[in-house]
This record gives sequence, structure tokens and C-alpha cells, in this order.
Amino acid sequence: MKRRDFLIRSTLLGCSAAASPFMTPVALASAPWDARLVVIILRGAMDGLDMVRPYGDPDYAGLRGGLTGGGVGEADLDGFYALHPSMEPLRPLWQQGALGFAHAVSTPYRDQRSHFDGQDLLEAGTVGLDTGRSRDGWLNRLLQSVPGVSGETSFALGRDQMLLMRGDAPVSTWAPESDLNLSPQARLLLEMVSHDDPLFSGAVTDAVQIAESLGLIDVPETALDAQDMVTQRMKDNRKQAANGHMLLADFAAARLKEEARIAAFSLNGWDTHKGQKNAINRAGTQLAEVIGGLHDNLGPEIWGKTVVLAMTEFGRTARLNGSAGTDHGTGSAMVMAGGALRGGQVWADWPGLGEADLYAKRDLMPTRDVRAHAAWTLRSLFGIEQSVLETKVFPGLDMGGDPRLVL
Amino acid sequence: MVFDPALADIRFGTGVSPRFARPTGVEDMLRRLTGPDRMAEAYPVPRFDGEAGEDIREFHRLLQARKKVRGTEAETPARRQLSKHRKKLRAAEMQSARHILLRGIMSEDGFRERLVWFWTDHFATGPRSQLHRASMASYVEDAIRPHVAGRFADMLWAAETHPIMQVYLDQQKNYGPNSAAAQKSKRKIGLNENLGREMLELHTLGVGGGYTQADVTALAGLLTGLKVEKNTRAVFKPNAAEPGPFMILGQYWGGAPGDRERELREFVEALSVNPVTLRHLAYKLAVYFVADAPDEGLVEHVAAAMVGANGDLVAGYRAMLEHPAAWSPAPSNVKPPIDFMVSACRALDIHPAMLERMNDSNTKARFLVPMSLMGQPWFDPNGPDGLPEADYRWVSPQGLAERIQWSMTAPQALTTKLPDPRSFVETALAGRAPEPVKFAAKAAETDWEGIGLILSSPAFQRR
Repeated sequence: MKRRDFLIRSTLLGCSAAASPFMTPVALASAPWDARLVVIILRGAMDGLDMVRPYGDPDYAGLRGGLTGGGVGEADLDGFYALHPSMEPLRPLWQQGALGFAHAVSTPYRDQRSHFDGQDLLEAGTVGLDTGRSRDGWLNRLLQSVPGVSGETSFALGRDQMLLMRGDAPVSTWAPESDLNLSPQARLLLEMVSHDDPLFSGAVTDAVQIAESLGLIDVPETALDAQDMVTQRMKDNRKQAANGHMLLADFAAARLKEEARIAAFSLNGWDTHKGQKNAINRAGTQLAEVIGGLHDNLGPEIWGKTVVLAMTEFGRTARLNGSAGTDHGTGSAMVMAGGALRGGQVWADWPGLGEADLYAKRDLMPTRDVRAHAAWTLRSLFGIEQSVLETKVFPGLDMGGDPRLVL
Repeated sequence: MVFDPALADIRFGTGVSPRFARPTGVEDMLRRLTGPDRMAEAYPVPRFDGEAGEDIREFHRLLQARKKVRGTEAETPARRQLSKHRKKLRAAEMQSARHILLRGIMSEDGFRERLVWFWTDHFATGPRSQLHRASMASYVEDAIRPHVAGRFADMLWAAETHPIMQVYLDQQKNYGPNSAAAQKSKRKIGLNENLGREMLELHTLGVGGGYTQADVTALAGLLTGLKVEKNTRAVFKPNAAEPGPFMILGQYWGGAPGDRERELREFVEALSVNPVTLRHLAYKLAVYFVADAPDEGLVEHVAAAMVGANGDLVAGYRAMLEHPAAWSPAPSNVKPPIDFMVSACRALDIHPAMLERMNDSNTKARFLVPMSLMGQPWFDPNGPDGLPEADYRWVSPQGLAERIQWSMTAPQALTTKLPDPRSFVETALAGRAPEPVKFAAKAAETDWEGIGLILSSPAFQRR
């Protein structure tokens, strides 16, 4: 792999020092199968009612007319649901059956409506949060339950910043912006000074192995050399400023074409308390571009073996609030894509939007556990036993009937 | 309890320095903290009631002026003026960044700087409006720094009402559905729960703190009327306020819209001394200063002291510092990025002029960009819950790779002559370097790699 291929980084240095570089790490894991899974956590609580609009529901226009205007049906998907305009570029995928949605879904999280607990629960995949923060994520427990996932790959042992992938199974994380330049001697000594601290020694080993496998390790001969490398990286980063989310898609796709079989990352910006029309448009465009980017970069063969699940911590209020936005709610939608998806459909047991149909008279009522859809995807895509899914990966989950999400 | 002067600097301050005398005891630390704020004087940061406010109002005026002349001949000069002003703001922002770093590096009262960082993160905000983007440091200067050695009630009030917080958590959009403003408005305006929710969830009771959705909604109602005036001042507008009373946490608060400032103040006072709030704060202090999983006795001791002292923060700090669990000798927490960089500068004893005279582009390249890549973007946290606390969140492969890169390259750029790694290992680690680190300091092929290895070692990264 050429070093240049991975000089895909970004740092927003434009108008202000406060602007942050796109620092979301991508988590990757290899596994003994050929199918690919990409899980995207949509942070901030995506408004499912806006992204996948149930315009056929008689109460929808009354609740959301102020936001969507007329003509929602022009973006029709199936006579009942319509697509948010930001997702319109993906319509060809819908037509090919490589895009689909699950609606009125949620995790078991109820009533507190905290982003942080909601995301923890989504990533932990459990029924409730035990005291304090959860220890491991459902994707990691999936890997733990599969014999043959081992550290003997180029992406050995990782410590994840995403709870979703955190746990005892080997997973690596790396931000597309990072690199590491070390002389062989410095590397040995670094391992030595970190040796007695398991957290540090693990991270040093990972950092060196990941950087090596990505061809990122240069050996500076002098201090000046080392500084030049830093300056050069900064310049490269600046050039890539605007397209942070695409770095994730490109980086994940590049790894999925090689050893990685599972990739996970987050997209932010869904917390649309005010001016939702513009805010959700930005977030939706990013999501659409990421899915499009995965499709383009994976190429037809790998795309055909891929499922993308984009899920969020909870939905938003059915009614608009006082600032043309929506507040934290309960039920939302899941966005699914990939050549292996039996797409072109919206899976939902639709609860309705009348006052009495809403959860706590304010939110879309969830009628299915979003974890069940994730579990059936793992069942079909990777052949994981249902008993393993219901006890280990998503403890306490009743998967219910097979929605037949995967071809 | 055995007081350890070096540990006082490492764990509760901004790091050991060969230049400054170490604190002699807990009372000495608190005496410095409650004394004059010398660093704020030496390295000023503009405030909203001063230069920062004027700059923001001028920025707003210039934006409006340009809008008015759009498409006419006058547009070019208006645009030029605006971009000149933007440049000025950006320069001020970078100056503030250098001053914040210098305060940490040059302080003999490092506990104060750490407390400022802690409370800034507790009341985390990020830029939401282009008008405020360059003035985030001023929020801390106004709302946090003056209150770190005072009553929690005052900091809570200052932070929640500050224009930056109001904009960040959509308070500007929060209107009473039955307020005079809503009756008059053609658009539908009403409650926005964002500030009310985070006030309970993050700033006071904590997520397990026993409040309900109804409490959040009611607090959003009580908050109506709180607004921002001229982008720079908190103000109460009775015409935006929902008539009360509101049942919050089992009690009625508020009444007629005209008295909303006093009513909200009463609620904030009560919330600030709620034992659940104070225990939440005690836990967070212990996690930040001592360990990810802090000793329960320590947390209870700090909580009890703050409850007994009606939310007096110094009482809480004293309780923390006098508890034996705070002084367990084994290094524990991993330093967050700014703490790591500042403590490295202190250990290297960099000359303050190095930073005082540093240009903006180098300030970014040497400090702000690496800090971001380590996971701490300058005044722009991921969300209102602020920076992660858990050690593993900082010691991810790529986060650690950034720390290593910086350790190997920045010292060279920040000093005129690098210290000898064999003596530096003693200074930086206060004479308690583990054998492998001492060995690496000797065995490195070059001095810059030796320094880099010392700064990258867990012995320096932990406190």
C-alpha cells in the first residue's frame, strides 16, 4: 500500500483556531467471513419522521406541514413513505434494492432522553445501562462469539473510542488524519518505557502496527527531519479540510477491500433543536455522500457483499417545537444500504401519528426494537446463531420474526 | 494524610517546574487559590463586559451594514471592513490561546488553572454563532474563572445565563407558548428544552439524579424570559416568559413573568445546594483530579463538606485535598492533551517569550492542531458533556501516536537548547523515574528522541 493513499486527512484550519479537525476514528475488525458490515452511529438523535416521511399517514401533514411544505409525495418511495430531499441522490440505490429503511424503531431506552445514555445503550446493545458506563459494545461481543477472530491480522488488538466496538475481541481504531514517525531504536525504547502499563503498552503496539500496515511510518534522521514531517502533514491536512466525512468513507472502504470485514464510525449533527430544515439537510447530505462513497469505492463485487446500518440513539418529538425544530423523542428510523440488502422497502409496523398513537403523547411510538433488525442482519449476513445473538450479542433481545433484510 | 509537594504539582497543578517553588501544604495551595489571580493579570483575556463585547457588537454592526448595501457599489468597502474586523478577532483569539497556555506554564497557583479547566469542561460549550466563534475564551473569563473559588451557585448562574451558553443550548429560541411574544408572533414559537435538560442532566443533578421529563419541560418553562441582548449580555424579557408557576422537582417555582429573573435565581440557588447536585460535583471532581474510579470515601467526604458549606467550592476542594485517597502515590489519571502539553512545557522550562512572541500560525502548528489530533479541539468539545474522562479514551492508538509525535518534535521547536535527557528525566519526573525510563533516556540515539521518550512514557503521561 502506498503511503500517498493514506494521506487522506483533514484539519479545519480555515476561519478560526476553534474549528476542529475531523477527528472521528474508524474502528475496523477482520473476521472469518467474506461479507462486509458497516455500522454508522448517527449521533444527536436523527428525526426519523423527517428523513423517511410517512406522508401517507393522515396526521403527518398536520404535525410536520410547517417543516416539509407541500409536495412531500413527490419524493415518494412506496406510496406511504417519502424520502428526505438530502437522500434523493441515493434513489438509484433504492431502485436497485440497495437502500432501505426500518421505521418506528428504537432501542429499549425510554423516558430520560439523554443523548449520552441513549448512545451508550445503542452501542452497548443491552436492555438497560448498569450503574455507570457500559464496558463493551455489541459489535465487539459479536466478534467475541466467533471462533477465528484473532489478533493474527495486520489489525491486531485495538482500544476503541467507540463503545460499539469496545471489548475483548481484537479491533483497531485509527483516525485517517494520524501518522507516526519513529526510528527503530526509538520504537524499541518506547515499548520498553510502556511495558509495565498495559493500557499504554497495548496502545503503543497497536499504534505502531497500524501505522506500519498503512505505510505511515517514516524514519526521521534528524530533529529537523521530524519537524518537517509534521509540517508537511499539516499542509496535507489543510487541503482536505471540507470533506471530513468522506475521509471516513474512503478510509473504511479501503480497509474493507483488504482484511477488514467490519467497520464502524459516527456521523454527528442530528440534534436539530432549531431550524431543522437546514440542519437536517446538512446531516442527511453527509450521510447520503458517505453511503454513495462506500458504494463507489468498494466497487460492485465488494458492495454486493456489504450491508450498511446507520442507526441513532432515539428519535425526536412528533410535533415541532417553538423554534422550527424538534426536541428529544423516542422512536426513529434506521437507514440501511448495501448490495447485500433486500432493499427498496421500508420495514415497519406503523403505529400511526394520532395523539393517542404517540409515545407519551409526544414521540413516534417504537413498534420494534432496532436491535432485532441488527440481529437479523448479523444472522443472515454472517450466519450467527440466533441463540448467540439473543444471549451474547444483544442479551435479553427477543428477535421476533425474520424481516428478511438480507439477500 | 502525607502531603507530597511534587504530587501536588503533578496531580493537582499544571506540572512540576524547575523554576517555581512547590506548595508546602494544603493550606498553602488554598491560600494561593483564594489570593489574587496573578496569571489573569499577567496574561489577560478579554471579557464580554469589555473588549470582547465591543468586538462582537462591532462585528454584528458590520455584518448588518454589509447586508444593507449588498449588490450596490458600497458592498466592496463594506466587505473589506468586515474582513478586517474578522482578522482582528482571529488575532485576539490566538492571543487568548497563547495566554491560556502561558497561565498554565507560568503559574505558581496551578491548582487554580486546573480548576478553571475542570469547570470549563463541566459547563462545556462550543461555538454556535459566527459572532461568538472567536470569543470562546471570554466565556470562561466571564463565567468560570471568577467563581472557581466561590459559591457553586454563582458559577451556575453565570454559566447558564452567559450568552455563549444560551446560544449553544438554544435558550434564545425558548419562548413561553403563552407569553406575550408568542401571542404576537406570526411564526409558531414555544418551548425549547435544550438548556433545561442539560442544566439538570450535566450541570447539576446528573443523569441518575431523579428528575423526570416533566421536570425538564417545567424548567424550560421557568427559563423562558432569559435572553441575550445585543449578542453580548444576558437580559430578562417578561414578554417572552411563560406565566408560572412550574412544578419542578416537587416544588412550585415562578409566577408572573415580570419577576422571572428573581424567580430563576431562587431556583438556581436551591438547585446549586441540592445534595444530589453536590454529590454529582464531588464525584466529578474526584474523577478529574484523582482517578477514573475514585475512592467512595473520598467522594462522600467531598460531598459532605460541600453540603455542609452550602455549596462553597473551597470547602469541597479542602475536603478532597485532606483525604488520604487523594494522595495515593501511584500515578493514576492520564493527563488530558492540554495538561500534557502544558506540563511538558513546564518541565522543559521553556522561556515565556517563546510563546509570548509566537506567531499565530506557529501557535496552531505547535499547540492547537496537535491538541485537536490528541482529541481535544480548542474550545470545541464534541457535545455539552465535554471531554471524556476515562483514560482509555485518551490512550487510543491514534491519540497516543499524536502524543508521541509531539513529544519528539515540539521540545526542539520550543527551546533554544534541549536539556540533556539524563538530567531531564529527573526534572520531568520529580526524581521518581522508573528504571526503564531512565534507561531509555540514556540509550536513545539522539537528545530529541531521549526527551521524546521521557515525555511519551506512562510515567509522565499519568499523574
